Amino acid sequence: MGRHVLRRLLQMIPVFVGATLLIFLMVNVMGDPVAGLCGERACDPATAAQLRREFGLDQPVWRQYLTYMGKVFTGDFGTAFNGQPVTELMATAFPVTVRLTVVAVLFEVVVGVTLGVVTGLRRGRPVDTAVLLATLVVISVPTFVTGLLLQLLLGIKWQWIRPSVHAGGFDELIVPGLVLASVSLAYVTRLTRTSLVENRRSDHVRTAVAKGLPRRRIVTRHLLRNSLIPVVTFIGTDIGALMGGAIVTERIFNIHGVGYQLYQGILRQNSQTVVGFVTVLVLVFLVANLLVDLLYAVLDPRIRHA
Amino acid sequence: MRRGTHARRAAGAALALALTATGCAGTGAGGNGGAVLSSSWADPQNPLEPANTNEVQGGKVLDMIFRGLKRYDPKTGKARDWLARSIETRDSRTFTVRLKDGWNFSNGEKVTARSFVDAWNYGASLRNNQKNAYFFGYIDGYDQVHPASGRQRADTLSGLRVVDDHTFTVRLNQKFSGFPDTLGYAAFAPLPRAFFTDHAAWVRKPVGNGPYTIESYTKGAQMYLKKWDGYPGPDKARNDGVTLLVYTDSNTAYTDLLAGNLDLADDIPAAQLKNVKSDLGDRYLNTPAGIIQTLAFPYYDKAWSRPGAQKVRTGLSMAINRRQITDTIFRGTRTPATDWTSPVLGAAGGYKKGLCGSACDYDPGRARELIEEGGGIPGGRLTVTYNADSGSHRQWVDAVCNSINNALGDDRACVGNPVGTFADFRDQLGGHRMTGPFRAGWQMDYPLIQNFLQPLYYTGASSNDGAWSDEEFDRLVDRANAETDPAGSVALFQRAEKVVRDHMAAIPLWYQNGNAGYSERLTHVALNPFSVPVYNEIRVG
Repeated sequence: MGRHVLRRLLQMIPVFVGATLLIFLMVNVMGDPVAGLCGERACDPATAAQLRREFGLDQPVWRQYLTYMGKVFTGDFGTAFNGQPVTELMATAFPVTVRLTVVAVLFEVVVGVTLGVVTGLRRGRPVDTAVLLATLVVISVPTFVTGLLLQLLLGIKWQWIRPSVHAGGFDELIVPGLVLASVSLAYVTRLTRTSLVENRRSDHVRTAVAKGLPRRRIVTRHLLRNSLIPVVTFIGTDIGALMGGAIVTERIFNIHGVGYQLYQGILRQNSQTVVGFVTVLVLVFLVANLLVDLLYAVLDPRIRHA
Repeated sequence: MRRGTHARRAAGAALALALTATGCAGTGAGGNGGAVLSSSWADPQNPLEPANTNEVQGGKVLDMIFRGLKRYDPKTGKARDWLARSIETRDSRTFTVRLKDGWNFSNGEKVTARSFVDAWNYGASLRNNQKNAYFFGYIDGYDQVHPASGRQRADTLSGLRVVDDHTFTVRLNQKFSGFPDTLGYAAFAPLPRAFFTDHAAWVRKPVGNGPYTIESYTKGAQMYLKKWDGYPGPDKARNDGVTLLVYTDSNTAYTDLLAGNLDLADDIPAAQLKNVKSDLGDRYLNTPAGIIQTLAFPYYDKAWSRPGAQKVRTGLSMAINRRQITDTIFRGTRTPATDWTSPVLGAAGGYKKGLCGSACDYDPGRARELIEEGGGIPGGRLTVTYNADSGSHRQWVDAVCNSINNALGDDRACVGNPVGTFADFRDQLGGHRMTGPFRAGWQMDYPLIQNFLQPLYYTGASSNDGAWSDEEFDRLVDRANAETDPAGSVALFQRAEKVVRDHMAAIPLWYQNGNAGYSERLTHVALNPFSVPVYNEIRVG
């Protein structure tokens, strides 16, 4: 177990270096960021040259990358063009997005898995068909439509919620979290259902039934636990996607999280912001995947990590 | 992984801080604590230093916390003496500035001649990376403190001299009779000593001499500006304060306005314009602003600078149905342009309705003729380049192309060429990589006809992205700048503008209005000619 974790952690190093290098190169392809800093006019050449020097943009890309990585390991993610250190931006952006992700994942787990179990156990019944149809609708409607629609209905027509998020507390993030989770939620429902249906016919469940165990125990201990493996894999990878992919949701509900900073960073070609945030997202992604791997062993006793 | 947990913990601490900070201003944030109003905002691109702020969002704040030598009347745009008692000159080159008594910064420090001279020296100095440094380019010694290349050879502008506490002189490197009227621009604001002694703290929470003081500032989220009770000026705030809330998307701000969570949204998105009347009734403002949109051309490309090409450009101008586009897409928030300036200048300031003449009238038949006479569109097809990330540019570029295609009876005569980001667009312009016309917009810095012509069409000027150059135009501008009589100066600028017209250096499209919507709590809401709300006049409740 310990060795497995260690090996996985070591594997992260090349992934981390490769991912950051790729992002760094991609951001550099976007062109000269200084050009966009002076409004509808050309920066005067002296100031532009000095800004480039200050942000290290006058160096060759490989050296910029080395300098950047060197600084990252000391915890310095550089400075955004508005003079704020990127770590400061992260400190304000990540907590909100983490909370939003938590809300979204909770929705996925609680609602998604419950619906999956209900439909899986009542395969072919009206409930199953109804949920199936509903998930189809949710999957096919883009997030921004769901988001804007809920915002309009709940925020303006019925005045149940504030249409935009201000402080970013959990209470304000329920509707945005639901919107963010909606598509994944539908997938979780369908994954759970399929997996459950498959496992109902497996040997260990049949044995449990034959032993005369109570139905409740069969469902929770034998059936659900094993059926959750694909679901957990999905949710684990989804955490990274939710955090990085919240751009649309964060924009609609005016949440100043990771998506907002990334969007702003890309618009202003602020390479330091973009690379910094994506680097952290890469880390989150890697860690979430590691946790998922470790969870397999807990869920399915047949899986053992050497 | 270790670093991850550290970051998380630091993040938690910072969050707690941020929450307390918002908690303090919380009374104002919802727009219901006393006579405080909330207003939409976007994150300023640069640190909030006066000589470093070149966009409207940062300008909004500077307009509330600073007052300069001159102030532009929120209604007429006329420059009026504010901190200046007088600005005198005999030769349009050396100016003597006398300050009024009784002005101080909100931290108690007196505003003296030195507050201005130090601020301007800071703004001009190359080492401070101030993006508006070129505003000081008219002052003697600028080439020493801000050389085009190499190290700076002086720390201060030789053209600035403090005479006494309330007097200083400015010597320019050329005659410029309009100079005093440029001094209302934010870059010329005075700065307190604290700006120089503890710069980092000042940038976190700027201190100025305007009717508001910054009470709290959470970067990227909100700023709470409180009425400064001790403000000595005549334009005291009529409300208790303003909370600026950062919105990523102006649609959300509009939604919040409708839901009653926001008092003032000053950028109604184009998509909402068709509903705005029914949503807000007379709580909707649509006020002319000093903004003009044009299509400029790459004169570094031989195809556009060859003789006869001006016929093609004039033809293209006549192929654009401006009225239809401003009515259908912009719903009257823009009006067809008939000159190269802006109506906010007023006739005395140099705006001349109809100066463009028939060249700006929609006339498909004549357009076809002219383009043919001029040798046709270079390369057979027109690509109009624009940045697609803001300002609903895509809609109007597509509409302009449609209009041209219809006029020429050729579906493929004109296509839009979107560029992903503004920075990339500017980069391509700066690198002279255009092959066809491109979007050129101009928002005035100060309400002078000079500001609409010189930066855009003078040889080598900072916004002359198409590198247009014409000796006669340059000569007329130089003469106009040197002319001491204001009316004579304006007349010369208009002659220069006619040169722009005769060559159709850029196709004027439309004048842009500022627009805003506000809640029922507010009265006396207005936008100034810079499309910024006049916050200090707004009454709440």
